[in-house]
Amino acid sequence: MNIIETEDLSFVYGQGTPFEKKANDKLNIQIKEGEFIGIIGHTGSGKSTLVQMLNGLIKPTSGTVKLCGEDIWAAPKEIRKIRFKVGLVFQYPEYQLFEETVEKDIAYGPGNMGLSDEEIQQRVRLAARFAGLKDELLKKSPFDLSGGEKRRAAIAGVIAMDPDVLILDEPTAGLDPSGRDVLLAQIKQYHDERKNTVLLVSHSMEDIARTADRILVMNKGRAAMLEDTQTVFSRGDELEKMGLRVPQVTKVMSRLREMGYNLPSGILTVEQAANELQNLLGKR
Amino acid sequence: MLKDITLGQFLPGDSPVHRLDPRAKILLLIAVIVFIFITGNYISLALVGVFIIAVILFTKISLKMYLKSMKMILFIVLFTGLINLFYGKGEPLVQLGIFTITEAGINNAIFVTVRIALLILASSVLTFTTSPTDLTDAVERLLKPLTVFHIKVHEVAMMMTIALRFVPTLLEETDKIMSAQKARGADMDSGNLIKRVKALIPVLIPLFLSAFRRASDLAIAMECRCYQGGSGRTRMKTLHYGKIDAYGAAICLVLLTGVILCNIFLPATVR
Repeated sequence: MNIIETEDLSFVYGQGTPFEKKANDKLNIQIKEGEFIGIIGHTGSGKSTLVQMLNGLIKPTSGTVKLCGEDIWAAPKEIRKIRFKVGLVFQYPEYQLFEETVEKDIAYGPGNMGLSDEEIQQRVRLAARFAGLKDELLKKSPFDLSGGEKRRAAIAGVIAMDPDVLILDEPTAGLDPSGRDVLLAQIKQYHDERKNTVLLVSHSMEDIARTADRILVMNKGRAAMLEDTQTVFSRGDELEKMGLRVPQVTKVMSRLREMGYNLPSGILTVEQAANELQNLLGKR
Repeated sequence: MLKDITLGQFLPGDSPVHRLDPRAKILLLIAVIVFIFITGNYISLALVGVFIIAVILFTKISLKMYLKSMKMILFIVLFTGLINLFYGKGEPLVQLGIFTITEAGINNAIFVTVRIALLILASSVLTFTTSPTDLTDAVERLLKPLTVFHIKVHEVAMMMTIALRFVPTLLEETDKIMSAQKARGADMDSGNLIKRVKALIPVLIPLFLSAFRRASDLAIAMECRCYQGGSGRTRMKTLHYGKIDAYGAAICLVLLTGVILCNIFLPATVR
C-alpha cells in the first residue's frame, strides 16, 4: 500500500516574475507504508520544496500529492489535519522552541490537535523517550539546554503528534559526531518500534547508507532515482555527475575490488567492510 | 506574502537619477515634498505631479514596481481621502444623514489623496535608485553638523544601515518559523483577534531570540574587525557633488518658481 504518492508534482517559485524558477518538475514517486526513505540531492535540487509539499505547507503549482490514496488538497480547509499526519521537522528545528518548559513545548503540537490533557501528557512522555530526552530535562526551559538536547526536544515536538509519516530535513546538521550517531540511532529505533514511514533528507551519504531502505535522488528538481540503497550506491559515477558521492567506505571497497581483491559489491557501512576484510584476510 | 514588500527596495540601474549624489537626492526629495504641500490649486498640483512622473520615467524602472509600492498603502491613502471628503465648509452638495459633502470637501479629498500618492512615489524614487549603503552614507554626511550638539551621527547612521540590512533576513526568518509552527498545527489564519494574536506568540518569541542572537554575533564580528565607532574612520568611496547634481537642483528651482507663480496668480482651491 502506497502511503504517499505524487502525480506530476511541480512547483514554480515566483511564477510570472522575472525570477521564475522551477523547484520541482513533474515528480512521480511512490512510497510504501513503513518504509525508511533517504532523500539526497545537491543544494537547490528541490528537496526542501518537495518535503514541504508533502505535508501541505506549500501548495503545488500543478500535480497532486496523495496521502493514503487521497489528494491532500481535496479540502483546503482541512489541510491542518494533513500536517498532523505528515510530521515535518525543519532544518535547525531548535529555532522553533518558544515555551517556558520543554514539556510545554513538546505539548504544543498535540495541543493544537485538540487532545485531552491526559492524552497530551502521555504523548509528551512517549515522544521525549523516543527522542532520548531525560525526564529531568522536561521541566527545564528549552533555552537552558545544550545544542543537541534542543534539537532532540524540537524533534520530540513533532513526534508527539504521532504522525503516520515523519519527515526530517537534515536532522544532524551542525551536531558533533557523537551527537549525530546518537540522534540517528534514535530515529532508526523510532522507526523500528513504531513501524511508520520515515523520510530523511541528508547531505551525509554515511547517514543515509546506515538507515535508509530506499533512496530518492533529486537532481535539478527531478527525481533522478528512487531505488533501494544498494542499487543507488552502486551507481557512483552517475551520483558524482549530480554533485553527490557514495559513502567513503563504499568507494574504498570498490577500488579494492578494481585492484583485484575478492570482495562483494554493495558494502555500505564500516562494520560490513570490516567483516568482509576480516573474511578476506582470514582466508589468506 | 512577506516577499511582496517593495518599499525600501533598491533596484540597481544606470539612469541619471541613479547617478545623482545621494545627498543631493535626499535634499531634492525633501524640497519636492515641500512643493507637494505648498501647492494651492490644481494647476500647481498637476505641475508637481507631472514633474514626479517625469522623474519616474527617467529612472527606467518599470512602473509596475512603483504601483506595487503604492498597493501596500492604498488603504491608508483612500481612507484619509474618504475622511477628508466630509470635512469641508460651505454649501452642502450632498446630504447623507450626518455626513455632508461640500465642494471644498471634494477638493480636500482629491488634494489629500494625490498629495499622499505623490509623496509615496517621490520617496520610492529615492529608495529604488539609491543603495542602502549610499543612503546611510548620505544621511551621515548630511547630519554631520549635529556632532556639535554631541549627537553621535556615525552611530545613528550605522544603526540605520544595520536595520535596513536585516529587514530581508528577518522576513525570511519569520517565514521559516511560521512554516515550522504551521507544521506543528499552528492555526494563524482563522479565529478572532485575540486568538490570532495568541497564535503569533510561537512565532514572535523565536524571532526575537534569533534577532538578539544575530545582533550579538554581528557585534562580535564587528569587534573582530576592529570597529571602534566613527572617529578616525575613512571611506573607500567618498561622495562628490557633480554637474548632474547642479542640473537636478536647477530643475527643482524652476519647479519651485512654477509652483509659487501658480499659487500667486491663480485662485487657491484649498486653504
